Amino acid sequence: MAMLEVNDLKTHFKTQDGTVKAVDGVSFSLEPGETLGIVGESGSGKSVTALSLMQLNPKPPVEYPEGEILFEGQDLLKASESRMQKIRGNDIAMIFQDPMTSLNPVFTVGDQITEAIRIHQQVSKGEAKKRAVQVLKDVGIANPERRVDEYPHQYSGGMRQRAMIAMGLSCNPKVLIADEPTTALDVTIQAQILELMVDLQEKYGTAIVMITHDLGVVAQLADKVMVMYAGRAVEQGPTDDVFYDPMMPYTWSLLRSIPRLDTAGEVRLLPIKGTPPSLIFLPEGCNFNPRCPFVKDECHRIDPALEGKKPGHAAACILSPEELENKKHRVDEELGVEG
Amino acid sequence: MVDQPRGMTDLRADGAMGPGEAAAEGYGKVEGRTQKQIVWRRFKRHKLAIAGGLVLLLIYVAALATPVIAPYEYDESDFTAINQGPSADHPMGTDRLGRDELTRVLYGGRVSLVVGLGVGTFVTLIGGIVGLLSGYYGRRVDTALAGLMDFVLVLPFLPVLLVLGSIFQFSAFTITFVIALLLWPRMARIVRGQVLSIRNQDYVQAAKAIGVSDVRIAFRHVLPNVVGIMVVEATLVVAQAILIETAVSYLGLGIQPPTPSWGNMLEDSRTTMTTQWWLTWFPGLMIVLTALCVNFLGDGLRDALDPKAVE
Amino acid sequence: MTEAPNGRTEAAGATSSASSGEYLLETRGLKMHFPIKAGVLKRTVGHVKAVDGVDLQVRQGETLGLVGESGCGKSTLARLILRLLEPTAGEVVFEGENILGYDRKRMLRVRRDMQIIFQDPYASLNPRMTVGNIIAEPLKTHDIGGSSGERKRRVQELLEIVGLNPEHYNRYPHEFSGGQRQRIGVARAVALNPKLIICDEPVSALDVSIQAQVVNLLQDLQKEFGLTYVFIAHDLSVVKHISDRVAVMYLGKIAEISDRKGLYAEPRHPYTNALLSAIPVPDPEKERARRRVVLAGDVPSPANPPSGCNFHTRCPRVREYCKEHVPPLIPQEKNGGAEAGESPDHRASCFFPVLEGQRIDERAESTPYRVSER
Repeated sequence: MAMLEVNDLKTHFKTQDGTVKAVDGVSFSLEPGETLGIVGESGSGKSVTALSLMQLNPKPPVEYPEGEILFEGQDLLKASESRMQKIRGNDIAMIFQDPMTSLNPVFTVGDQITEAIRIHQQVSKGEAKKRAVQVLKDVGIANPERRVDEYPHQYSGGMRQRAMIAMGLSCNPKVLIADEPTTALDVTIQAQILELMVDLQEKYGTAIVMITHDLGVVAQLADKVMVMYAGRAVEQGPTDDVFYDPMMPYTWSLLRSIPRLDTAGEVRLLPIKGTPPSLIFLPEGCNFNPRCPFVKDECHRIDPALEGKKPGHAAACILSPEELENKKHRVDEELGVEG
Repeated sequence: MVDQPRGMTDLRADGAMGPGEAAAEGYGKVEGRTQKQIVWRRFKRHKLAIAGGLVLLLIYVAALATPVIAPYEYDESDFTAINQGPSADHPMGTDRLGRDELTRVLYGGRVSLVVGLGVGTFVTLIGGIVGLLSGYYGRRVDTALAGLMDFVLVLPFLPVLLVLGSIFQFSAFTITFVIALLLWPRMARIVRGQVLSIRNQDYVQAAKAIGVSDVRIAFRHVLPNVVGIMVVEATLVVAQAILIETAVSYLGLGIQPPTPSWGNMLEDSRTTMTTQWWLTWFPGLMIVLTALCVNFLGDGLRDALDPKAVE
Repeated sequence: MTEAPNGRTEAAGATSSASSGEYLLETRGLKMHFPIKAGVLKRTVGHVKAVDGVDLQVRQGETLGLVGESGCGKSTLARLILRLLEPTAGEVVFEGENILGYDRKRMLRVRRDMQIIFQDPYASLNPRMTVGNIIAEPLKTHDIGGSSGERKRRVQELLEIVGLNPEHYNRYPHEFSGGQRQRIGVARAVALNPKLIICDEPVSALDVSIQAQVVNLLQDLQKEFGLTYVFIAHDLSVVKHISDRVAVMYLGKIAEISDRKGLYAEPRHPYTNALLSAIPVPDPEKERARRRVVLAGDVPSPANPPSGCNFHTRCPRVREYCKEHVPPLIPQEKNGGAEAGESPDHRASCFFPVLEGQRIDERAESTPYRVSER
């Protein structure tokens, strides 16, 4: 049994205008030491999925009509709030996108880390502070003995994100959920933070859920990938399979639409037309059909389920792999892309 | 149209939409709604504000129409009916000179109407202009105007009013003027703050890059984006002004009898509060009701006009 | 040139000003030092050196990419070029004339020729104006387009050019998605048929699937109208895709400038190398094979930039010499050794540039010519 197993998770929000199906039937599993990359645009449900794992969605209006989140065999959707408080931070920790707002400005960084430790572990204040200095050192903050007593505003953006990671790791969690941890940071700082996460994962065997819109970051870190679109997982599989043989036109289009350092300037970008759909008024049939470059008549009627195309690689598309291959090939020829 | 290589139109059109296609695309529910419709839609959700607005409207219409609808003259004494409780002839009773209380409450409302709306208008004008100039031009203009605002803000409010009142003998118009002169700095400060943030918005920068003149930027780009907050602040000023006028008149230095104002009517009934309850209750209730309604209206407007509020 | 102790640099500077006719836009020694005020008396206690001596040349019809991390001064530079900010020192030369001395009237004429597209499509459109009025504003300001009916037709034509429905000119910005709003911003910028458009991070606030739409639109418009772009971004991939030449900025100065191929294939400045190495590529195998150079530490504050070479605090190949001397922006060797010679268009400000076959964290043993010349 996997350490973390999510089955058919549905996270809905009741609003004045109707039910927003922010997450609508998502399943995945995670083993210790593994990294899952969740890719999607804003509104795809990737962040809500993360908050669902932590049970941190505002309640109401959130509802979980179906599904289960099994952490070491226990369903978190049925767990009491007090049980969740024990799990949060201790077994499953989360890092947020904006390091500016996720640290409390009126407490020192050390206070915030020691508090996180003392909530979950019966240790003295002095002991917890020692641990705090240690984790700050682990995440590469110079002079941790001095820095531990400083306030967040005395830290730079990169250091704040390191401090957030330090706080996340302070109790040696089994799962670390990182929601766009480097989006607000510069590339050289992003490289530092990603390297740090890999190092820490190797050291402690933490499983990581990496949520991002950056396909490069996923290619760099993830063992497996889940691509989300309009609240659904539309493609799932090992990273190499998804990147080299995408089975869902959305994934393929995304890879073709971004300028990449290794090929940029040589080929015209292939944009995805239109905009992501509103979650209240989803299109008939396949959610992606208004924007899909390979759309067929059936796509307007059939809402494809996520199904296995190859061992371990699933996609939600009614096109057969051969059909898809042909269509991809035709476009590549027109654009003059090699293979 | 941009001339593109159109080998595969549907793929290379950059998601650009041809005419008509955009309409089919889902913007969701807000499609085709103007700013005004949105504001109205948000405002309608505020039941208290709607009710407040309607009651206010009623009060003001009554005040305007007072000379026509008032059953008596405000200084007309009927010595056969002195200190009478509410009856069919005098729905709100009469006072110690036999004057009809309803008539006097209606005429008192006229004072409140003049003071409230007058102060609101004055304060919006002075505060708006000063705030706009101070926030938009900054530097020396700002320093000078900020000094002036601070000076007025530190004046002790009631003593100044009372001193001026004892010198000048306030009429509805002079008291309006004086209250406005004391109240404008708050409006100016709020407008200034808002202008400061709008001034640095990209759309103002874009207008400057186009070459739009300062005056036009101020009126086309800055002002429309502060009007919302000014309206809200103005309603609060109206309520405040009504209460101030009442307080000054109650202290005997505002509107002078026999002209009735809710404030001096209250003052008049101070000694008879327990015996002739109607003389205290009706003007008192009117003061509370008017101030409450204005505040409710202000709350509703604030929520409706706030551009940051999520639809 | 701000630092010109070196014969080469002066020579390069001289040629560029002599032939300034070929450039649409030039900045010469451009500086913007924002005063830091403190205390009750608002005394100036220091300066944020946002832009600290920038010389750039932009040729007619090209796209110059300008990259750098947050706080490197690239957006300030954009605003200086457009005179939305008045520089502390230096010149902005547009079509051969320094526009900094221009009065209102002459400046207004120049504004027809240079426009800007902003990063945030939500903040760059006045929420209280209809899209039609937003796009018509440049036309009205410059009194172009004749009657209001003709102007309306022009606005509708512009909407169509940027791929929006011309029927929508009466709508408000909030009725459009982020990508569509950015198209509106583009329409406003091209309304006056400008020669130069400064694109200040025009796609970084957009969803990934939308970015390509706007990038392609900008490329199409450039072809159609012969536009010149200064394309500012923090993302080296987008810049590589769209630019003919690229300048890398660090702490208010140009670290390296070159044509695209030179910069991406033969980066000389250690900072450029580190930037390129930091960007993840969406290709798992290439990622696994990569050796990444991770820079230590953060970008120093522009209020207190390091002495000497401003990159020395993070540079993997720093030497004592770098801490005391400011490296000039000088031409770099081409790949292929001494015979290949120098490329005058590829310049970097580094005493110990990363030469062909070298690794960035390798200590530079030879100091080719820069230091010995001093």
